[in-house]
Parts: sequence; C-alpha cells; structure tokens
Amino acid sequence: MSRFGTLPRRLVHLVIILFGITLVTFFLLRLIPGDPALAILGSSYTHQRATAIDNSLGLNKPIWTQYGLFMDHLFHGNLGYSYFYNESATTVIGQHVVPTVFLVIYAAVLAAVISLPLGFIAGTRRGGIVDQSTRVFFTISFAMPAFWLGIILLLVFSVHLNVFPISGFGGGLAGHLYYLFLPALTIALGFSTVLIRSLRAATIATMQAEFVDTARMKGIPYAQVLRRHVFRVAVLSVVAVYGVNLAFLISGTVLVENVFSLPGLGQLLVNSVSNRDYPVVQAVALLFAVLIVLINLLTDITQAALDPRVGQEIGE
Amino acid sequence: MSQAWVMHPSEALLKVAERTAKRSSSTGRRRLVLIAGLAMLGVAIICFVGAPLLTSYNPIKLDVLHPLAPPLTGGHLLGTDQFGRDIFARILYGGRIDLAIAFGATSVTLVFGTIVGLVAGYFGGWVDNLLMRIVDLFFAFPFLVLIIAIIAMLGPSIFNMFVAIWITSWVSYARIMRAQTLVAKKQQYVLAARALGYSRLRVMFRHILPNTASSVIVFSMVDAVGNIILASALGFLGLGAQPPSPEWGTMISDGQNYILSSWWIATLPGVAIVFVGVAFSLIGDGLADILRPGDR
Amino acid sequence: MTTDALLSVRDLHTYLATRHGVVRAVDGVTFTVGQAEVVGVVGESGCGKTVTCRTIMGLMPRRGTYSGGEVIYHPRGDANLLNLSQSQMQQLRGAHLAMIFQDPMTALNPVRTIGDQLLEAVTAHAAMTREEARGRALGLLVRVGIPAPEQRMRDYPFQFSGGMLQRALIAIALASEPKLLLADEPTTSLDVIIQDQILSLLLELQRDTGMSMILVSHDLAVITEVCDRIIVMYGGQVVENGDTETIIAQPSHPYTRALLDALPAGAGAPPAGAGGPPQVGERGKLRSIPGSPPSLIDTPPGCRFAPRCPLVTDECRSWMTELLDAAEAGHQVRCLRHEEARRHRAWQASDLA
Repeated sequence: MSRFGTLPRRLVHLVIILFGITLVTFFLLRLIPGDPALAILGSSYTHQRATAIDNSLGLNKPIWTQYGLFMDHLFHGNLGYSYFYNESATTVIGQHVVPTVFLVIYAAVLAAVISLPLGFIAGTRRGGIVDQSTRVFFTISFAMPAFWLGIILLLVFSVHLNVFPISGFGGGLAGHLYYLFLPALTIALGFSTVLIRSLRAATIATMQAEFVDTARMKGIPYAQVLRRHVFRVAVLSVVAVYGVNLAFLISGTVLVENVFSLPGLGQLLVNSVSNRDYPVVQAVALLFAVLIVLINLLTDITQAALDPRVGQEIGE
Repeated sequence: MSQAWVMHPSEALLKVAERTAKRSSSTGRRRLVLIAGLAMLGVAIICFVGAPLLTSYNPIKLDVLHPLAPPLTGGHLLGTDQFGRDIFARILYGGRIDLAIAFGATSVTLVFGTIVGLVAGYFGGWVDNLLMRIVDLFFAFPFLVLIIAIIAMLGPSIFNMFVAIWITSWVSYARIMRAQTLVAKKQQYVLAARALGYSRLRVMFRHILPNTASSVIVFSMVDAVGNIILASALGFLGLGAQPPSPEWGTMISDGQNYILSSWWIATLPGVAIVFVGVAFSLIGDGLADILRPGDR
Repeated sequence: MTTDALLSVRDLHTYLATRHGVVRAVDGVTFTVGQAEVVGVVGESGCGKTVTCRTIMGLMPRRGTYSGGEVIYHPRGDANLLNLSQSQMQQLRGAHLAMIFQDPMTALNPVRTIGDQLLEAVTAHAAMTREEARGRALGLLVRVGIPAPEQRMRDYPFQFSGGMLQRALIAIALASEPKLLLADEPTTSLDVIIQDQILSLLLELQRDTGMSMILVSHDLAVITEVCDRIIVMYGGQVVENGDTETIIAQPSHPYTRALLDALPAGAGAPPAGAGGPPQVGERGKLRSIPGSPPSLIDTPPGCRFAPRCPLVTDECRSWMTELLDAAEAGHQVRCLRHEEARRHRAWQASDLA
C-alpha cells in the first residue's frame, strides 16, 4: 500500500499548472498598451537600451519565439532586469522575500491557534456563547477590509496603548516576532473566521457519526471522546480549507505590509507598480503564484499523512 | 387498572418538549435576516443616491480654512480631512463608486461565469476540460496579486479596476455553476426535456439554469462584498480610484498619515465599508436559508 | 425462566423536540430483562427500537431529548438510569452496559487503528500495564474469531470486511465485561452467511459469559431463532411481549400475527398442534403488511395500528389501552381485541386489505 502512490501524477499536474502560470505571467507584460520597451525603460530610455530590450524579449519576433525566450530566461534564473533599482529582478526580490515568508508563516500559525479551539468549542456547544459570538464576529469581519482592520489595530495597540511598534521588521527572531505580531494578527483574524466556521461545521457533522457513540459506549470520559475521536476526525476536513485559504492569506500580505510598512514582497509589488517597474511586477506575480502551488502541494501531502484513508483511496 | 389512559407523566413531558420544538422552528428568524440586510442596503442606496439632499458640502472642493476638524465641530458631522473636505459628504458620494463596483463588476462576472460553467458542465468532454484548465489557471494566482499586476499594466483608474475584476472574477462562478450543472444533468427533468427533443441550448437555459441559479445568486452576494473590499483595497494602494475621487479606500489611505492626530479620517470610511458589506452578507445569508433550507 | 431481573424498563417515554414538532419516538415501553436472558425487540423501522436502546444507554443527544419513566438497573441499587448524571452513566457504560450498532463501517473511528480503539475499551474501567492490556485485546480478538490478531491490531477499519468489523465491534463491546449487551440490528447490513456467523458468535459469547442481551431486529426470523423472550414494538410502544414459544404459538396482537405471517414458510414455524397455529403463508409467497408506519408526530388518540388492522373497531380508534395480561404467564398484549386476535385462525390475505 503506497500512501503516496499518486505523487507522480500530481507532479505532472503541478508542472502543467506551473507552465500555465508562466503563460499568464508572460502575457501580463503584453497587456501594456504601447511599446513595452518604452514603458519598461521609462526615464532611463535610450535607443541603445531599447534595442537591447527588444532583443532580449524578442519583441519583433513572433509570439512563440517570445515565449520561448521568456522560458529560456526563466530557466537560467533570469527574471528580468529592474531599471528602477538597477539590479536584476532576482536580486531585488531576494532582498524582500524574508519578511513576507516570515509573516505568512506567523499568520498561519496564529490563525490555527485562534481558530482551532474556538471552532471546536463552537461546534461542541452549539448555541453557546462561543458559537453565537463567533457567528456575529464572522459576519462583521467578513465585510471588514484587512487593511482597515490593520489600521484599527495599529491605532489601538500601537498609537494609544503603545504596546506594539508602529512599523518595521525588527531585528533578530524575537524582534521579528514582536514587530510582526500585529500584522500577522490582522491577517490571521481574517483567515480565522473561515476556519472557525469550517471547523464548527465539521465538528457538528462528526459528532453525529456513529463511531462517537461507540466511543461513548465504552465508558471513557466525555472529554476523551471529544479529544480523541471528534476533534481528530473533524480537524482533517479543515486541513483542505486551510490550504485553499492560505492563498487568500498571501493576498493579505500585500495590504498588510503596506499598512505596517514592512519591507516585504507585497510592498515591493505595490511600489513597483507606482514605479512602473514592470519586470519586477511580473517577477513578483510569478513568484507568488509558484508559492501558492507549492502550498497546495504541501496541503495535499499533509492530508495524506494525517488521514490514512486519503492515501489508500488515491493509491488504488 | 386494565383500561385506563396512559397519561400523566408523559403529558407533562410532552408539554416541555413542545415548548422546545416551537422555539427551534426558525423560519421567522431567517426572514428577519434577509429583511435586515435589505433594509440596510436600502438605507445605504438611498443615502448615497440622495447625497445632495443630505449634505450641502461638496466632496471634492478644498476648504483650507477648516482642515482636520474633528467630528461634530463646525457643522461637520464627521469632521474634515486634511484638505478641509467634509468626511460625511465624501463618504456619501464615495458610496456611489463602491456600490457601482458591487453591482457593475459582480453582475458581469456573474453572467459570464455562469454561462461558462453551464456550457462546460453540460457539454463535458474537451470543452469542459479546456474551460476548466483555464479556470484552474486563474485560481493558481493569488487573487489580489493578479489584479494588481493587470492594473499595473493597464494603468490605475476606476475603469481599469472594473476590467481587472471582469477578467479574473468570473472563474468562481464558472466552477460553482459547472458543479451544479453536472449534478443537474442527471436529474429526471433534464432527461425528460432531452427526450422531448428540446435543443441543448434550450435545455441549458430554460431548464437547468433556473433550477441551479440559487447557488450562484447566493455566491454573488458574497462576491459583491469581496468586490467592494477589493475596490477599496485597490483605492488604498493607489491603484484604483485616483484623487480627488472620494472613494473609501483612498480616504483610508489618506487618513493613514494623520492617524496619530486625526483618527476619524481613516476609520470612518471603514465603518461605511463594513456597513455595506454586512448588508450584502445578511442578504446572502437570508437568501441561502430561504432558497436552500439548511441546518444551522 | 426464573431469572432475577437485571433491567426493568417501566413506562419509558422519549420525546424529541424538532422543528417539525415533537416526535414521540418512544411512547410507553415496559419490559424486563432477566439475568442471562436474551430478549428480542422486533418491529418495523421507525417503531422506536433504536431510540429505546439509546435511551437506556444514555446516548441520545442532550439537546431536544426529553425522557420520562423508569429504567431500573438492579445491580446498582435499583437506580433509575434516567436520573443519573453523565459521569455516573459513564461509569456504567462499558462495565455494565454495552451496545453494538447496526453499520460496522461507520461505527468505528476511520482514522485510528482497530488496536487503538480496542485498547481504549480494554483500559476504560480497569488499570493495567500496557502488556496486560495488549494481551487482553489480543485475547478478545481471538475470542471473536478474527484471525492474525497481531497484524489486525495495526490495521485501520477500512481494511476490514463488514463481518470482521462487526466482530471487532463485539470485541470492543465486551472489553470491560458488561452485564448487558444491547445489539441494535447487528446483522442487518451483512451478508446472509455472515449474519449466521455473527449471530452464533453472539449466542456463544452470551452463554459463556452469562451476560444478558437485548437483540433488536426488524427480522422476526432472526429473533425467534435466538431469543428467550420477544418484545414486539409498534409506533413507539410495546404492543406485545412474552416468551418466544408463546408468541409464536399464540400471537395475540394483530401486528404480531401479521409479522409472523410475513415470514417465509418454514421460518419460525410453531410446534405442530400447539393451539391454533397461525397460517404461515403458502410456500414461497411472502405476505407483506399493507399500509405504512404511523407518524410519530401527529399521534392519534387511539391505537396506532388501527389504520392497518383487520380487526379494528371504533372503540380501538378512540382510545388506547395499557398492556393487558393475556392467558399465559408473562404474556402481555396491548390490544382491546386480543382475544379475537388469538382465535382468528384462518388468517387470510384478504384480512389484510
């Protein structure tokens, strides 16, 4: 019995998606009305540079060749050149990756810490305080823009209460954890609402399953029934939700980095748009997409590892 | 002893049980939710559309004599921003923009996505495969990032915001509609319609669509909220509505710089966003409960 | 049939408050289970058999369930189980009362090994070392007839067949040596051949351990094979109870008679000559009972079987009686016309129109 029997098939699927992503990213640049070289160079325009760009992008060649050139560059690690920073896009991105990755992981962990207990309690005590209040909170926070929530948190905790710093990344692990708490919390809160609802629904459904009755029938304490049977099974169905929404979480970093002035990829993206730094925009978009694909793969693997049925069904 | 009514204890028990049963019947509550949502939305629309009646201030005219006035001072209900513009007026007029997005962007993507999903689900085969690969592709990108990238290329403006949303948002509808169509395809009424010789087009639009529309309609409410937030997010980032447009997101962005002294500039527009968003949410919830009675 | 009573259920009512109204799932159930006795509960789907069992075990959902009456468990000082707290019930479950459910596929946690779940049951009420627990678990698996137990302990439920799973469930139920086992349709979702095996296993275990058993089924043939006494339920109520021979020979409630009649020829056949045997259907022909089970929400004031009863009168429709004593000892029936029902020899198909 191979738990990972479908890995080959999934990798193929992955590759196809990755190709598709490169296609979309490629076409992004072609959306620019007017001459791409002109747009890219902006104020650095010289006839010489324009010709160089035309050649490297193959702008005067048929579209297939252009794509081929694009992919060729890609495989050589060349994501384009930023005329704004005067460095290769890869370098620029490298300087901005760490805060974003840190933020994403931090937010993911915070979201789990917040939602798992709340979602479970909301499910096991339906109609109780936790259930009612999370439902109200959910409706409101669903309509709440993440950046606005960030500003409110900033206002309350940083400005008025002075508990957290207003902006920046901080130094060292502890520094990062401290500085990034509010931004991570902002993202986590938005993320949590969906998780709480999912876990609540999964818990309610699981509690009606017959194996829970069998467990109770054994005469073990109710708390143990909840922990070892209800929670363990309910949580599985939430893993998938977690994975899907992680993508949304990444979108959130773009806004949150802006509010809290974090020097991450999100801020890079937005600044590059204002700077008309197209190659960087393209490169960041590509990177984000690849990240999402990897996260989805990770989710699938996690699911297969936690749930013996998943591996078995697929392996057949 | 032999032929008496079986009574007393069970009658008392019955009374208690009946009281609980009555309480759990909650059709009233569902309608309340829907009505509350519609009412909120109605109030919002009236306020925004009737803005000139509610305030005499001009949302974009500068008034350098009264900058940064706190709420409830000098005749300004919600204060003024750094240029002396009345916040209340800006919120009202800004509402028009965000509502336009909610309706304009959502309806187009709703229609387009639904049609694609219907076609993909009904015809199956390579058509389905092709369309769904395209859908998967769009889903592979983080939503906001893709939109930002598109706007980056096209140039920031309200119209380009619409375009970017049109390009990317239809995929959710397509997925939902396809799933519904796949299920509907096997139902009796569809098989009957085909057996009667109705053309495929007719079966799709006159038979399948009305029966499966509820899920996309409920989702469109959710999507509307999402679009409003998206529009304000783009405005916040400077990629959507441009100054001096009183769009809520741009207002919040403006207010960020004055957060330490004049909190109202950044926070009040957010309240408006939440208000309209909750309205749509409630409508969506109410519709969901009514169209598909579920378990709460 | 001396036996001291182990469990006495008196006038049990369980009402469920739902958004459609109050479901009177159990509406007047009285019976006793003696020591080492096998009692069968038979009736159609929805007649309240499962709810009765779950009420006894205390496994009904807390919200919306209202129970009244008495469920007296004698070994524990005649305590009324309905009045016990959840933690008191928890102590009884497993060590005194155990239950196995209908569908073995859903009755076990799909993401934990069988061994894990069995060990949980074994250690629920007795402290022991890990080796002891494992030894006991293996012993149980052997006892219920599961081959290669060491290997099977490490397997997950989806790797077992239905029959094997049911055996494992029986092992789990017996882990803490209960005095009373409630088996809710334990063979219904299994193949016929496996059904026999499981039933024999249950009987064997019952004889070896001396525990009492309540066997619930909608299949009268199974019940008559295995049980010492039979309880017939309809519409949430007990309509007849007595020992197996008596019920088969002298069914006194029209519903019981109809059930017997619906048996294929040869099944549950009464000893010849025992006063007025019911006419079992002709060889090969199955007789079903026309009509449908009654609604448990809008219950009529009179007898619930009235719409389908060939002997019904206006009196039957207007009010409902308690359980009345029939001629034989320990034989009770809830029917105003039970004497006619017994005498009604030639039970024709036309009677059931």
